[in-house]
Amino acid sequence: MPDQPPPGVRTEPPYWVDTGRYHGLAAWMMSTDHKRIGIMYLVALLSFFSVGVFLGFLMRLNLLAPGAFIKAQTYNELFTMHGLIQIFLFIIPGVPVAFGNFFLPILIGAKDMAFPRLNRLSWWLYVAGAFIVLLSLVIQGRPPDTGWTFYAPYSIRTATSVSVAVSGVFVLGFSSILTGLNFVTTIHRLRARGMGWFHMPAFCWTLYATGWVQMLATPVLAITLVFLVLSRVFGIGFFDPARGGDPILFEHLFWTYSHPAVYIMLLPAMGIISEVVPVFSRKSLYGYVAVAMSALGIAIVGYAVWGHHMFTSGMSDTARVVFSFLTFLVAVPSGVKVFNWISTLYKGSIKLDAPLIFALSFIFLFSIGGLTGLIIGSLAPNLHVHGTYFIVAHFHYVMFGGAGFAILTALHYWFPKMSGRMYNERRAKLGWLFLFVGFQFLYFSMFILGYKGMPRRYFDYPPEFRTLNIVSTVGSWILITGLIIIAVNLLRSLRHGPPAPPDPWGGKTLEWRIPSPPASENFRTPPVISDTPYDYGPE
Amino acid sequence: MTGPAPGRRPDETALAPTGTYVAVWAALLFFLGLTIVVAKVRLAPFGAAANLLIATIKAGLVLTVFMHLRSEGRFLKIMLGVALAALTLIIMLTFSDVLFRR
Amino acid sequence: MDETRTPILTGAAGREGVDELGKRTGMWFFLFTELLFFGGMFLLYSIYRYKFAADFHRAAADENLVLGSVNTAILLTSSLAMVLAVAAVRRGQIRRSLGFQRATISLGTVFLVIKGIEWGAKISRGIYPNGPTLLSLGQGQILFFGLYFTMTGLHALHVLIGITVIAFMIRFTKRGVIGPDRYARLENTGLYWHFVDIVWVYLFPLFYLIT
Repeated sequence: MPDQPPPGVRTEPPYWVDTGRYHGLAAWMMSTDHKRIGIMYLVALLSFFSVGVFLGFLMRLNLLAPGAFIKAQTYNELFTMHGLIQIFLFIIPGVPVAFGNFFLPILIGAKDMAFPRLNRLSWWLYVAGAFIVLLSLVIQGRPPDTGWTFYAPYSIRTATSVSVAVSGVFVLGFSSILTGLNFVTTIHRLRARGMGWFHMPAFCWTLYATGWVQMLATPVLAITLVFLVLSRVFGIGFFDPARGGDPILFEHLFWTYSHPAVYIMLLPAMGIISEVVPVFSRKSLYGYVAVAMSALGIAIVGYAVWGHHMFTSGMSDTARVVFSFLTFLVAVPSGVKVFNWISTLYKGSIKLDAPLIFALSFIFLFSIGGLTGLIIGSLAPNLHVHGTYFIVAHFHYVMFGGAGFAILTALHYWFPKMSGRMYNERRAKLGWLFLFVGFQFLYFSMFILGYKGMPRRYFDYPPEFRTLNIVSTVGSWILITGLIIIAVNLLRSLRHGPPAPPDPWGGKTLEWRIPSPPASENFRTPPVISDTPYDYGPE
Repeated sequence: MTGPAPGRRPDETALAPTGTYVAVWAALLFFLGLTIVVAKVRLAPFGAAANLLIATIKAGLVLTVFMHLRSEGRFLKIMLGVALAALTLIIMLTFSDVLFRR
Repeated sequence: MDETRTPILTGAAGREGVDELGKRTGMWFFLFTELLFFGGMFLLYSIYRYKFAADFHRAAADENLVLGSVNTAILLTSSLAMVLAVAAVRRGQIRRSLGFQRATISLGTVFLVIKGIEWGAKISRGIYPNGPTLLSLGQGQILFFGLYFTMTGLHALHVLIGITVIAFMIRFTKRGVIGPDRYARLENTGLYWHFVDIVWVYLFPLFYLIT
């Protein structure tokens, strides 16, 4: 069309210019624009992550040497809040609310989500829920000291602000449910003309699978938390042995959500890797259909494995064998993804920019986490390492090394698109180096500590564990240095970075056809799709 | 049937005649009576199963006729099955613990 | 997978830019979440019923079968009123629809009143969580009544929310926001109301019919 400007040339103002009824902060908090909502979520997420990192820093400082300087009660509160903040305020919302919100409509060629006002409600519920969780730090007695898992009957009897914290988590859960509902409906109803299910970017498939998990698992947590509060306030007694209740049932109900929750954290993260690896190998994603189906596979099988958190709880032997067997099954679709990423890289034209470096780190760290998951999923070894630092190391490898690094991947990959500026490549790589090295010292030592028998959630330890704890704590300082370098790089580039072109990486998905940053309505005219998102031509 | 029946757009559900809705309501009340009779007659242990079956029939009537599920697309019906399957799986796996405790 | 894909772009929906099927689909998805929410309660009920079968039978004798049956009939009738309300709007019979919507609210309110009477009867006899009479009964009975108050209480909360929403729908219907070609809100409200009815259809035998 001769009178249309070429794609990527700006004709409308960026999405952050106020054009409607509201201005300033109100224009953001009242916005239903998925891009603004995504940015607000991103800022909130990263802020809460920093608080969580600080709490972890304090914990590691306490464990630098035997002879703790933090009191036992305070330490219990520290690891509880660290877990609550990092899990419910950062990583479960995580990739979907920040990058899913910003990019899902663009990736499928839509103007916005299916339910933009519901999206705004999700954001408001997130803010409210986070506020209530943080409120538990200061009201109704001392902060919760139960661990983020709130196991009964201690969580019922402890005179701390559990009810407040749990109410905050309930509200956050509602936010998560509505987000999942919105994403799934959007993918069903708003794909552009020509974009069939198997023309969608792989990231969208993971958001789709995640949306179903959010909808079908989170309500179980919701009712469990209601039971918990009713037990605390009214003495309902469902999990109180004195009233005939069974504490193991609390664990069942809790993990019925909290295991699928780790796939809420992980699936979209894997979707990011599936986007970045083809772009920086200049090669089509290997086995696209298998990658898409494996997302569904992880979601489905992930529903049936929660008992592997409970092998030492007193469950029946039958259940333990069943859950252990099913846990091995869930590794298969994850393995499919790793295999396909490696196959995409193989004989590709590799460009080792920061997004790819973070993505490669994901593959490496997630694989270590996943393989140790097989160890823990086996009944017999589990009996020895449950409740030790081996578990702590495992989940930090998959959560931080996996989902956390995926967030950093997405931050760097989509920074030019969201902000209109390029970050500094050298500083990004320097930050990565500190982060990666610090990560290994911090967490690998925990595998050894756990194997040697050091229990988790303890505020002190015997002298035989001293050396490895020093290694781990020093690792935390190196890691935090890396995080600071990365943060400063991105923040400075927001103001001083060179302007970014529409397509700095040579990507083939729809977001690279529009200006950096996008206009409010995303596309001037709705796109019509005729090829797959990874069409890099002959190899 | 009262009033003109509107032509049906492809994204709408099929509107049934008023008589159909009333007939289903009558059936629901019938099953309510039946379930009370079953309980009174004390067919234990079959009484509980029979009553759950009757409840499911009632739920099915409400779903298919009142909620117009029978004129919805195949995908929605499948996903309802998926949600029910998820709940069933959760109950079964939890019972694999509860039933076999020493 | 859907017959009317991308209606916002192709204009196949009733109004340009409005996706009626999408709204209805979203509502069904929300009901799936509610299914899992109540499902967790039913799971707990089934486990404790298995463990304390005799106590559950004893405790259920306290239930008033007449009130429970009447309430079930009321809720089933309110479901009829609700679907007739939606059908009337689709046929352009606005006043009729308003009548049925009001009837639904009335029936729902009667349900709540009867529920309140039942609760009041128990509470006045000391049968409530942490109540003196309840604590003197067996563990199974404590759990039965804990489940009773929790499940019927959360159900009643959903009924109350439904009544409130229908009240808003009555306003929308009067103002013409809901009409024969734009009734998704009312239809979705109906779906919610029928779901709450279905939950009660299962609650009734579990608490009233196991003597």
